[in-house]
Amino acid sequence: MTPSAVLVQLLNGLASASSLFFVAAGLSLIFGVTRIINFAHGSFYMLGLYLAYSLVDRFSAHIGFWPALLLAGPMLGLLGALVEALLLRRVYHAPELLQLLATFALVLVIKDATLWCWGAEDLLGPRAPGLGGAIDLLGRRFPAYDLLLIALGPVLLGLLTLLLRRTRWGTLVRAATQDREMAGALGVNQAWLFTSVFALGTMLAGLGGALQLPREPASLSLDLSSVGDAFVVVVVGGLGSVPGAFLAALLISEVKALCVALGTLHGFGLALPVSKLTLVAEFLVMAVVLVARPWGLMGKAPSSSRHRALEAPLQPSGPGLRASAVVVFLLLASLPWLSAGAPYVTVLAVDLLVAALFAASLHFIMGPAGLHSFGHAAYFGLGAYGAALLVLKAGWPMEAALVAAPLAAALGAMLLGWFAVRLSGVYLAMLTLAFAQIVWGITFQWDGFTGGSNGLTGVWPAAWLADKQVYFLLTLSAAAGGAWGLRRVLFSPFGYAMRAGRDSALRCEAIGINVLRVQWLAFVIAGGVAGIAGGLFAFSKGSISPDVMGVGRSVDALVMVLLGGVQTLSGPLVGAVVFTWLQDTVARSTDYWRALLGGVILLLVLAFPMGMVGFLRDAVWQLRGRPGGGAR
Amino acid sequence: MLRPLHATAVLLALIALPSAQAQVPIKIGEINSYKVQPAFLEPYRKGMDLAVEEINAAGGVNGRKVQLLTRDDNGNPGDAVRAAEELISNERVDVLMGGFLSNIGLALADFAKQKKFFYLASEPLTDKIVWGSGNRYTFRLRPSTYMQTAMLVPEAAKLKKKRWAVVYPNYEYGQSAVNTFRQLLKAAQPEVEFVAEQAPPLGKLDAGSVVQALADAKPDAIFNVLFGADLAKFVREGNTRGLFQGREVVSLLTGEPEYLDPLKDEAPNGWIVTGYPWYGLQTPEHKAFLTAYQGRYKDYPRVGSVVGYTAIKALAAGMIRAKGAETEKLVAAFSGLELMTPFGRASFRVQDHQSTMGAFVGKTRNDNGRGIMVDYRYLDGARFQPSDEDVSRLRPQ
Repeated sequence: MTPSAVLVQLLNGLASASSLFFVAAGLSLIFGVTRIINFAHGSFYMLGLYLAYSLVDRFSAHIGFWPALLLAGPMLGLLGALVEALLLRRVYHAPELLQLLATFALVLVIKDATLWCWGAEDLLGPRAPGLGGAIDLLGRRFPAYDLLLIALGPVLLGLLTLLLRRTRWGTLVRAATQDREMAGALGVNQAWLFTSVFALGTMLAGLGGALQLPREPASLSLDLSSVGDAFVVVVVGGLGSVPGAFLAALLISEVKALCVALGTLHGFGLALPVSKLTLVAEFLVMAVVLVARPWGLMGKAPSSSRHRALEAPLQPSGPGLRASAVVVFLLLASLPWLSAGAPYVTVLAVDLLVAALFAASLHFIMGPAGLHSFGHAAYFGLGAYGAALLVLKAGWPMEAALVAAPLAAALGAMLLGWFAVRLSGVYLAMLTLAFAQIVWGITFQWDGFTGGSNGLTGVWPAAWLADKQVYFLLTLSAAAGGAWGLRRVLFSPFGYAMRAGRDSALRCEAIGINVLRVQWLAFVIAGGVAGIAGGLFAFSKGSISPDVMGVGRSVDALVMVLLGGVQTLSGPLVGAVVFTWLQDTVARSTDYWRALLGGVILLLVLAFPMGMVGFLRDAVWQLRGRPGGGAR
Repeated sequence: MLRPLHATAVLLALIALPSAQAQVPIKIGEINSYKVQPAFLEPYRKGMDLAVEEINAAGGVNGRKVQLLTRDDNGNPGDAVRAAEELISNERVDVLMGGFLSNIGLALADFAKQKKFFYLASEPLTDKIVWGSGNRYTFRLRPSTYMQTAMLVPEAAKLKKKRWAVVYPNYEYGQSAVNTFRQLLKAAQPEVEFVAEQAPPLGKLDAGSVVQALADAKPDAIFNVLFGADLAKFVREGNTRGLFQGREVVSLLTGEPEYLDPLKDEAPNGWIVTGYPWYGLQTPEHKAFLTAYQGRYKDYPRVGSVVGYTAIKALAAGMIRAKGAETEKLVAAFSGLELMTPFGRASFRVQDHQSTMGAFVGKTRNDNGRGIMVDYRYLDGARFQPSDEDVSRLRPQ
């Protein structure tokens, strides 16, 4: 490769970096001030591109190409303001992360709305007038439009810096980013500030999308692919740091461009396809950065929020609760006989129980341990693949493989946990995501061993378990056993230590609890239980593919936990059952089932900000007059 | 802690009970990723509906009406298998069909094998569905990755280009297309050399970097497997950067309206592609299909339309031959089943259950800002198969 080739590849990287920065800057601002994990940011980016397509198509003859294109930005900003004022404002006082659930629902709704408005076909916009061609650069043709993009990134960075440093509004935003409560206490109108920041961030996402019009078609998969990249950039750069986001966008884009440029490296008789690293390049970068710099490139250790909602302590169950638990278990155990005429009930029930166990394992680490995991599917997937590979490659009996599944998952959790517990908050969450994506990438690429993107087939249960009703009973015992076991752990001395570590790490250390070790062990336990769920899943389906450990499954698990209520122990079980059942039912009832599912989740979020079980619990506490009801 | 599971029990009890309908119609259970791949599957669904209407208007199959039940698998195999269970146990469908993504097609094929239930894989392209993971109960309609690649290789060899670059989406479809292409082209033209390989993640092509890396390798010709949004980005970037100037491009599936039409005025000239030139086919069987489709939908058909339509017609033909819809009878009837498709005659091969439905190979042309295929001919899928010995070695007996 010649030096000039490398140089031009670096320029390509710069153009991609600018595109990435537009989306990431908005996300970073929004997160910095509102602390919302905004999944819908990618949807606004996608909408920006679609809208720009239509605006240019309709109005460029009248008002010119550029005004039509740029109009998409303010329109998205308006939409963002509406979303913030009408929806998110209602859930700011819910427990942490619940806003995430609202934005997840928005993703579903926006996706279906876009499909309805613009149709399924990809829409490729026109080239930019005047910049449609290429210029000669080092003997190569380089798109003129990319030069514009390269310039726009630093321009945006400069404008945002001016805005944040030189205006009163910027001062308020910085104050709120640093200490939201203090800014509020000093009389800053938070509602207005949040709305304006959200609108600005959304406008930047919309502009970022619109600016892609001359480069790529508007398509329905842009939302999720762009939001993933944007999150990585924001976290690598350091949360809330706009210059950090710019640096991170540069770093990631250049790493990718170089991977592509290197192509396949030959040496020592081996061919190393470096270009295939682009599959997970951003996550590799993120993992390395976070391990080396726990707050990202330019982030600071967050000031511990002094009014983190302390949860009411967990209550051991009374006799009434225990009795009803036994009744429910017995009812479930008799389900195969109760539903003799409707065999699908047991089929679906297996899926519901697997989801419930998976959600319970995520909740264990997310709720009582306070370690948010965005990559929990990794352990589910390791369990599933571990079990499947032991049966297919090692020839183990299915029963033994199922028992070994949690070990595979726990090993993975042990490896990641060691790194993860050294971080906190969203950084920790994103490191778990990076780990999950790297495991996913290896599984996806390793054709000879894991079956690559096609996955593995022929993973069926042993003959005596082949009957769905017997398999259901196995799943029920494993799920009930797992959930009961997790609960026992929570009320053991270890569980108390874990909860104490969440509520005050300092005091814990002072009384001699090794918080890191406790949290590490919590990771291993949660991973192991997720592995049981993964093993059960593999044998119930007969085949698995890398999506069992994909982002989608991790997000589903988060949704289940939040839907049920993160501060209750049975919440995740209920959330998992309701979410999976809803998906199954809604998908059969209408073509636009994603929008309907999103709508239902939005309603649930607005009606039960503490989660469904959290709502029930608070209602019961209020009736009985127990103190501390609604631990907010 | 389990108290809220009361609610669960109630919910479980509410799950659809088996419909106690009389089993008069023949029920076809169809599973697909409608929401994940709408660009292909909306026309596909229209094709299916048209076929069902035609069959029922003509009195049904063996005197019974045909009823189509579709399920969305949300793009993942786990949900697809659950939908299959639901269709079989709740709706009591007679056959299963569908699948778009390869991993879902393979999961359904393995499910069919385990349950000994008939499954027609209408769309998934992976070679494994009839070979490595092939089984008695699974048949596949569309020409496989291998077949479509093999159709392009003779054309590629005719170019007599020595230095080739390949670009493909990084998953099984792209990998196996490129492997087949390399293997067959080497056999046809031993001096050929592969000088660059780019495998961007599906749907996340960094077009600028990839196009430049390909150009820097100075290939004489390019084999492309990208499709969808990746293809549009690749073509626009390649046009701007002059990647295609003085270079031949051989490109899989690019002549299909699903992928060619969105390119609009970027549509390249002179690419050798597989595809479906619906605007130019004059055979009576295609004219009949085109007239019916346009009459019904006021839209032109895509490849998806043909696949959906033909899959239903194939099931009907099989059921007529089997004089019923029981799996074992259908399996027997489908082996060697002859049928008429909008593309012409085809049959399901006895040795691997692959249909011999073919594809059109031709060149692209930018016709006033719209991509079309020219100089095309129909290649019968029966001619683009490995030898029977190879097939029997690949396919578990």
